[in-house]
Amino acid sequence: MTLALTTADQAMLAGETDAAAALAMRILAAFSEAVGAASLIDISGAHIDGCLYHGQVSLDFVERFVQRGGRVRVPTTLNVGSLDLIHPEIMRMDAAAQAPARRLMRAHEELGCQPSFTCAPYQTLFRPAFGEQIAWGESNAIVFANSVIGARTNRYGDFIDLCCAVTGRAPAWGLHLDENRLGQVLFRLSGFPSSLAPSDTLYVGVGLMIGERAGERVPVIEGLPPPRDEDQLKSLGAAAASTGAVALFHAVGITPEAPTLGEAFGGRKPQESIEIRPHDIARALARLSRVPDGAPIDAVCLGTPHFSRGEWDRLLSLLRGSGQSGKVPIYVNTGRATLAALQEDDVLGDAAGFELIPVADTCTYVTAILAKLEGAVMTNSGKWAHYAPGNIGVEVAFGDMADCVASAIAGRVVRNMP
Amino acid sequence: MIVPARFYAQGEAEGTALVLARELSFWGGLDATTGRIIDRSHPDLGETLTGKILVMPGGRGSSSSSSVLAEAIRLGTAPLGIVLARADPIITVGALVAASLYGRLCPVIVCPIDGVATGDRLRIAAGEAGEAHVECFGPVPER
Repeated sequence: MTLALTTADQAMLAGETDAAAALAMRILAAFSEAVGAASLIDISGAHIDGCLYHGQVSLDFVERFVQRGGRVRVPTTLNVGSLDLIHPEIMRMDAAAQAPARRLMRAHEELGCQPSFTCAPYQTLFRPAFGEQIAWGESNAIVFANSVIGARTNRYGDFIDLCCAVTGRAPAWGLHLDENRLGQVLFRLSGFPSSLAPSDTLYVGVGLMIGERAGERVPVIEGLPPPRDEDQLKSLGAAAASTGAVALFHAVGITPEAPTLGEAFGGRKPQESIEIRPHDIARALARLSRVPDGAPIDAVCLGTPHFSRGEWDRLLSLLRGSGQSGKVPIYVNTGRATLAALQEDDVLGDAAGFELIPVADTCTYVTAILAKLEGAVMTNSGKWAHYAPGNIGVEVAFGDMADCVASAIAGRVVRNMP
Repeated sequence: MIVPARFYAQGEAEGTALVLARELSFWGGLDATTGRIIDRSHPDLGETLTGKILVMPGGRGSSSSSSVLAEAIRLGTAPLGIVLARADPIITVGALVAASLYGRLCPVIVCPIDGVATGDRLRIAAGEAGEAHVECFGPVPER
């Protein structure tokens, strides 16, 4: 298959608009050719995952656009960086290490991107609408936009997301196209009580399982109870995109492209049907915990993906309601916009007695923030539990938000989750 | 044995195959400074990719994997080439950007990987118009 470029695409490629767009179009065209796209389409927004400093290559790439006077052509949000620019005092990184990470975040702003620095742009800025064509990076943001909102993006990685933003174009391929959005593999919840409660851990467990078993196929989940809120679907998607390559899931009767099982599959038969039974969920969740109940912990880490206002309200209510104090710090990652609203409403005082440390613009498992790394850390995030041991070398215990609060009070792993 | 393949990032490579039992997410899974697998849930934890031809079913996980691969290519810790059973755009773009910024090639090709075993000698050759092939010479004889 050969990529057909429009006259405008060709002009961009030839450098007739600007040198930055020519560079972006060159990479985008090669990528589009490689994935077998027949043409490019217009996009209405982008979310860029290039602000996390992975080494010199991160900066070399974006500086090349800055040097060429590049600007994004569509509204573009930024994912987390390696630094908390709002609370620089919490960074445990020397000035030499901070300099390139700070420059990387700033260089993206110079290209016209919004300094959102959140992995959950869908809950604050520029939430796309159903059916909108977008180019997003960050695995949890991608799966949320596709599945929960019904916007359309592929799994765009670092670099290519910026190329899409600078050109305003994306390859006509994959999940941008109707036919590729239909379900392929059925996951049916089976053996659960008929009055199954929408517990947070159920959504994480289902996410872990579909990530492990779906591969690159589009999973359809049947039998999931209606979620309490979008945050449960957020945690399901983030877990699925950690254990697997899931970019889109359908939950029958819950997500917008799956009002019925038949519509989720477009009338086709599932390629495979997989049962999810209670012991599968228990086993998937147990694998996240690397230390036993009762083990001492050094910290609690919440907010992966970034805490929404709803999650903050639940946490603050648990802390206030406990009437106790914490033995270890509770770090909470959140977007700077969400944090500003919390401060505006002056509600963080509800955590008196606890060492509550809001973290903005970044995330505790991608950079050096935690005061202690030798002990275990408790989290309610399947994604944090999956990646933190490899990224920052900590041991992890997983539990729901109430367990995390109980563990912060006890200074050790306490679990009552269903 | 010569297997037809499709290339997603150009280049040629010859080396010893390292066949992973499962997909590896480079982000959170590969230390670009050492070339070692650091994902503790991965069956091939501790293996080094540097100087090998990496063979695995596909990509997985975070979209930050493009950066980690490109940085590993810049540092010279990356595999010599990557053979996947299923195309992966995140791996493809990491290799494309390293080629564009530094002129260092790490070919990424897609073909059936059944029958390839760790220790086999592989040669990847890119042809024209997206076509490529992989030659598998079987295990390197012990001396």
